[in-house]
Amino acid sequence: MTLKEAAIIIDNLTKEFEDVTAVDGLSLTVEKAELFGLLGPNGAGKTTTINVLSGLSEPTSGSISVGGYDVWKEPHKVKQLIGVCPQDTAVFLYLTGRENVELFGNLHAMPKEKLKKNADGLLTKMGLLEDAKRQVGKYSGGMRRRINLIMALVHDPEIAFLDEPTVGMDPQSRRAVWDFIRELRKRDKTVVLTTHYMEEAEELCDRVGIIDYGKLIALGSPAQLKAKFEAKNLEEVFIQLTGRRIREEL
Amino acid sequence: MNSQRVSSLVKKDLKKLIREPAILFLIILFPVILTLAFGASFGTIGGTQSTTYEIGVINTGSAGPYQQWSQHFIGNLTNAEILKISDYSDNEMAQEDLIQGKIQAVLLIPENFGQSCDSFWKASTDPSLWVNTTLQLYLDSGSLFATQAIPPIIQQVLEVTIYAGRPISVPRPIQIGSPSLVQASKLTMFDYMAPGIFAYAAIFLTMTVAQSFTTDRENGLLRRINTTPTTPTEFMMSQMISNTVTALVQVALVFAMAHLVGYRPNGDASSFAMAFIIVSLFSLCNVGFGLITATIAKSSGAATGLSFIFIMPQMFLGTFVGFALSPSAQAAGKFVPSYYVTDALTSLFLRGAPLSSPTILLDLLVVSICSVTSLFLGILLFRKYGRT
Repeated sequence: MTLKEAAIIIDNLTKEFEDVTAVDGLSLTVEKAELFGLLGPNGAGKTTTINVLSGLSEPTSGSISVGGYDVWKEPHKVKQLIGVCPQDTAVFLYLTGRENVELFGNLHAMPKEKLKKNADGLLTKMGLLEDAKRQVGKYSGGMRRRINLIMALVHDPEIAFLDEPTVGMDPQSRRAVWDFIRELRKRDKTVVLTTHYMEEAEELCDRVGIIDYGKLIALGSPAQLKAKFEAKNLEEVFIQLTGRRIREEL
Repeated sequence: MNSQRVSSLVKKDLKKLIREPAILFLIILFPVILTLAFGASFGTIGGTQSTTYEIGVINTGSAGPYQQWSQHFIGNLTNAEILKISDYSDNEMAQEDLIQGKIQAVLLIPENFGQSCDSFWKASTDPSLWVNTTLQLYLDSGSLFATQAIPPIIQQVLEVTIYAGRPISVPRPIQIGSPSLVQASKLTMFDYMAPGIFAYAAIFLTMTVAQSFTTDRENGLLRRINTTPTTPTEFMMSQMISNTVTALVQVALVFAMAHLVGYRPNGDASSFAMAFIIVSLFSLCNVGFGLITATIAKSSGAATGLSFIFIMPQMFLGTFVGFALSPSAQAAGKFVPSYYVTDALTSLFLRGAPLSSPTILLDLLVVSICSVTSLFLGILLFRKYGRT
């Protein structure tokens, strides 16, 4: 399935929990084949936004179109387009690495041959081919993160939601993931990436949106934002916009 | 419905059964060990060992002109291989041994026993000339088999030795209660327990299903699967299939183990097929209970505890434990689905009832209704409240 128009259109999205407004009137558009970074402090609303975009959480108000389809009216079509890498590693520990990957390929009803080819390719790129026969329960934390990412991408989705995919990885693994994400963009895939690593966003993203208290407070390419806020790097921009106070997770 | 999705989820669940030691133990090894242990303790391993009942006899008719009748009767009781006869001089001592479980019954032959026999033979067609008497029989009320098996055996020996096989419809001068027609001499305690053990094994699916769902929920796996095109129907279908397969494997293993320890039930292939259908339906009922538990439980630890809300009543009121309960507890058993599974399997394998018997059809209907209701309720509640 291919995209009909702009990959993602978020219009005045609000998501409220009992006493908290996690996302507050968020509007933005992510173009097809764009690598978009969603940045913000802990509890800013990044993961909530990803959850709403991937159909896991119902918005309180506003509209969201992913791949040209309304997320809540046509969820099945949206789910055929997307791949979601959750922030917390979500893998079946009793399955092997390959079994986890192939399970999610099967859930996307991939043809067997294509599934094997994709799985082999991704496991090789992520340096897990040799360990693919071992149960994930015996993997290190970094290896589990890599399998977590492969499971989201094995079906070659048009739109990938990667929620802090490199957290807990060593520098080598992180670089491998960066190379892989760059490759996705080269293949005209749309990627929405949330991260706490400003150098990661600066290195990879075409544009970034900084959100705080559920509101979009800055939007532009890393270069544009650095120029606008007269900062040496994106981290300085981030600190200027969100302050130095340590936030608690919601 | 996409079969590729469903089959991949089923395979995943079956791998979990094999690879997770705790689940493997609870679902497969525990019922197998339980069957072996109970079979070895209460059954007849190999099925060739014969049962013997020890009976104490007090012969108060051992003196006088008609003493040969009572001696003849005792001689025939002694010759019955299934009985081991011990002579007692007084009833008090015999009752003491009965209370202590040294013997399973006490038979008191009355003083006028020989006279009664003699009167019967002198005027067998004229009951008005008979001297009527009663053999006193005391049974160990703690022994299920003693109460059921001994009266008909003694009645049979009495028929052969005193009345020389005259038709049963003819009145007798000597009474011995109302003998049961159950051929209990061939049955062991395990034969009574086995149907309940088959039901017992499936009950623990409630816990494993609840744990599985809550663990997957805690680990974000349910949410993750929800980001794929997998529909809730496909997901639930996979759960039903994998748990039914698990239950069938479980029952097949329990049957195999029971066979190994000498369990040879009545019934043909159709009885076994019906037993598997009933147990499969029952497993779905427990999947429903598991889903309800998973909806209520906040964590997998809580799910383990809460699952006993469904496990305990079913275990105590509806399985092999049930026959030892008080009448009121047995009546309460009729409110748990496992009771009907045990009852159906007992009818099939112990009573040799045909598939079309009203008891089995009623049991099948009740188990089906329970399964559909619990599964429907479980899916409804879990989809609404339990997935996140």
